[in-house]
Amino acid sequence: MTQLTPIFTRYWDQPNSWTLETYAKHSGYEGLKKALGMPPADIIASVKDSGLRGRGGAGFATGVKWGFLPPPDGGPRYLVVNADESEPGTCKDIPLMMATPHFLIEGVAITSFAIGCNHAFIYLRGEVVHVYRRLLRAVEEAYAAGHLGKNIHGSGFDLDVTVHAGAGAYICGEETALLDSLEGRRGQPRLRPPFPAVAGLYARPTVVNNVESIASVAPILLYGDEWFSAMGTEKSKGYGFFSLSGHVKNPGQYEAPLGITLRELIDMAGGMRDENHPLKFWTPGGSSTPLFTQEHLDVPLDFDSVAAAGSMLGTRALQIFDDTTCVVRAVDRWTDFYKHESCGKCTPCREGTWWLKQILGRLEHGHGDEEDLEKLLDVCDNILGRSFCALGDGATSPVTSSIQYFRDEYLAHLTQGGCPFDRDASAVFAKENAHA
Amino acid sequence: MEHYGEQTASGFLHVSAESKEPYAADVLAKLHQDAEAVIARYPQKRSALLPLLHLVQSVDGYVAGRGVRFCSEVLGLSEAEVSGVATFYTQYKRHPNGDYTVGVCTNTLCAIMGGDKIWDTVSEHLDLEHDETSSDGKITLERVECNAACDFAPVVMVNWEFYDNQTPESTVQLVDDLRSGAPVKPTRGPDRQCTFKEMSRVLAGFHDGLADQGVGAGSASLAGLRVAREQGWVAPGDAGSDSGSGPVADVAPVADSALQGERDKMTDVAGESLQRAQQTEQAGE
Repeated sequence: MTQLTPIFTRYWDQPNSWTLETYAKHSGYEGLKKALGMPPADIIASVKDSGLRGRGGAGFATGVKWGFLPPPDGGPRYLVVNADESEPGTCKDIPLMMATPHFLIEGVAITSFAIGCNHAFIYLRGEVVHVYRRLLRAVEEAYAAGHLGKNIHGSGFDLDVTVHAGAGAYICGEETALLDSLEGRRGQPRLRPPFPAVAGLYARPTVVNNVESIASVAPILLYGDEWFSAMGTEKSKGYGFFSLSGHVKNPGQYEAPLGITLRELIDMAGGMRDENHPLKFWTPGGSSTPLFTQEHLDVPLDFDSVAAAGSMLGTRALQIFDDTTCVVRAVDRWTDFYKHESCGKCTPCREGTWWLKQILGRLEHGHGDEEDLEKLLDVCDNILGRSFCALGDGATSPVTSSIQYFRDEYLAHLTQGGCPFDRDASAVFAKENAHA
Repeated sequence: MEHYGEQTASGFLHVSAESKEPYAADVLAKLHQDAEAVIARYPQKRSALLPLLHLVQSVDGYVAGRGVRFCSEVLGLSEAEVSGVATFYTQYKRHPNGDYTVGVCTNTLCAIMGGDKIWDTVSEHLDLEHDETSSDGKITLERVECNAACDFAPVVMVNWEFYDNQTPESTVQLVDDLRSGAPVKPTRGPDRQCTFKEMSRVLAGFHDGLADQGVGAGSASLAGLRVAREQGWVAPGDAGSDSGSGPVADVAPVADSALQGERDKMTDVAGESLQRAQQTEQAGE
């Protein structure tokens, strides 16, 4: 049986876990001191050797991404941390930055030193004001202690960090839309190539990485790449957050080696909330990853096994729904989200998500007909692979996978002239209501 | 206040006359001083636009016509460019906002866990629909998208502070307290609830000194840690001993399955296409 590996979380229950004082008690900034004594190329090599793959969803090798930067030309190079955590179901970076923001700040300092960046940015979604306070405070503390600023610990290396708040747009989690937003524009994705490594922020070489990826750099430097790569699977090294939400007894953050299974995680979470209501469907990595069902309980949650089973590991956002839940209602609501968040730049996504919503809305309410299912799949076919960025692709995942596994439930809405499910039964306070 | 928050059916707004009135001299001087500090954070000044829009909201309670003009003047942009950005992001309000934005998460996970019921109850209680403001100017009600707290579902946000594990009853109590001025405190946030204008100033990057208030982690954030402690599981090596909670655990890599060959192939294909993209990119230089 796989065991949990509390690393970031290991002292989240300590008083003032977010302060520099607490961080220092737990070997904080020792990884940075070690890194400053190494040639930058060796740091990049170490992160490559650790096997760390991006924790923001795509799973691209972090060290390899850094290696794509062109050789220094004397001009600025930037690190931009993607802290725009907004994928439905994903809830790991926000608690990490709230409880222990210094993991991220130390990772930013190490990464900036490795890639030759003197001004790093943390792009935080604007809808989490207390996390913004914690990050601003952590950066202040790090400057005061000499972990940021001029000539860091006598190394001659200078680094400024700006924490920037967004203003409410899911699309800004897409790395090129994020860069446009950080430049003060509407957050719409850019044509690639050129990739950000070549022409990113202000058209300069830029690395964009997820919060958890950059935070992982600090322990990798401190404890060594072999320590990290000893955890996880052959192709998905290390550990990560598994965020359980929905119909389990104890939803929350579970830090575990990649490759753990949902069966193991549900067991650790105390089982389903009601043993009379079994698991019906779940997302392995947020709403943009195709749904899984009971039959996938033993799929190892690593990048390649999840892909082989027909979905994506994504952000390990495990949204768990029991059999009280109407899958059409769930998919209809996710589709609402994609329609709302489509940036409008490309036609397949802008128009396609609108039509998906029209059709799903009427199906959920028992209108429409069986041909609508084919129409949904046809619309998805015209979005997937044809939209400008991954938002459009993601919008199709819940639709196509739910029709694949639950076609009969769609049809039941038509034969019964409406949704056959009792909404109150799915609510977490269902029992309280029953007594009222 | 006659047209407070009013919007026509086609979505166009009644822009109030005072929206375009110039700022008082002292307000304008302070805005310029703050704007200078914001602009200084970035290598190029246009990057200051998002924080500056938060800043003008901290003065007007929304992005007023004069706020757009101010941003355009200090950044050397046209008013159309500023409006184009302001209308893209949901946190920028184009009509006067209440003191407290109450946002009920009605994305799928929260909706199913009870967010829909909370929305119906509170919307009926306040007699407000999405993005409408109560007549006393206290509360603007919104349906919000996933706010990265799914393990605390159903979630309600007040001015973007977390109110976790809500029920219809607790949310009705919350909005009643906000309207009456009774003290309310976020589940994970500072000791008091800030107003919309105060919050907007923080989002412009001006620290209000409340970072050290509130919890580090909510109960759900600690769920895995609790299990690990009960089972005596710690991370391998020094990371485990550092937590001071028991012997070092020996965690073996998870055994791989027979699918490995297939997976290698997939990864190689992905690697190759990226390599290709990079080469194309270099060649295009």
